[in-house]
Amino acid sequence: MSLELLLFLILALIAIASALGMLLSRHAVYAALFLVLNFATVAVFYLLLNAPFIAMAQITVYAGAIMVLFLFVIMLLGTEVLPPSPVLPWQRPLAFLLALGLLAESVYLLFFRQRLTLSLPATIDPFSGPKAIGQALFTGYLLPFEITSILLLVAMVGAILLTRKER
Amino acid sequence: MIPLAWYIALSAVLFTIGALGVLVRRNPLVIFMSIELMLNSANLAFIAFSHAFGALSGQVFVFFVMAVAAAEVAVGLALIVAIFRTKHTINVDEMNSLKG
Repeated sequence: MSLELLLFLILALIAIASALGMLLSRHAVYAALFLVLNFATVAVFYLLLNAPFIAMAQITVYAGAIMVLFLFVIMLLGTEVLPPSPVLPWQRPLAFLLALGLLAESVYLLFFRQRLTLSLPATIDPFSGPKAIGQALFTGYLLPFEITSILLLVAMVGAILLTRKER
Repeated sequence: MIPLAWYIALSAVLFTIGALGVLVRRNPLVIFMSIELMLNSANLAFIAFSHAFGALSGQVFVFFVMAVAAAEVAVGLALIVAIFRTKHTINVDEMNSLKG
């Protein structure tokens, strides 16, 4: 077993365990911290997949900005643990059944219909550094890039408008 | 040499856990985190295919997905704060009226 394969298996275990930890923890702050761990492991996967720019963006945007925003709102509202509410008795089993169905469908479609037999090359090439991404963004994808900036502006205006005090 | 299928399988498992979180959790903040997990698993699949086919477009698309996720979180959390101000709870079971 090569070192890369061992690294993949350990990281995959950590990623799945932290996702399950987020799903099962009662306390919302613990869920957020488990999700930060999950994002960090996925960033290491991006490094393994030869995407260093996306890995760094993952750390700064997801694990940094978005999760800090989550933790801020959790602590601002003081709703770490919600009081238990009357749940429908059949809801949880049905949800697990539906999730199992989703997983079975995706595995069937991906592995038996598409026959994914490609193997990933382990070489590190300079092809996908920040320079190449920047060139792609500002030449072929210039219009989507500008639309993204407008989207972020609109989101900012919307967030300010929604949380403004009523007069 | 890691088979591409393993990355895709990991992505499918993470997506399923995220979907399960949306279905079973009652705290809208945790539901939002599950949505982030699903977006993230889709990003992982994008990057894996981008690496397998040697195409940069997958990485560019992941960049856009991250921007959309950031915008979605900003607006979504603002909505949750606004709902908390009017109803003084954020339990999703209590959100059953269109007029606040």
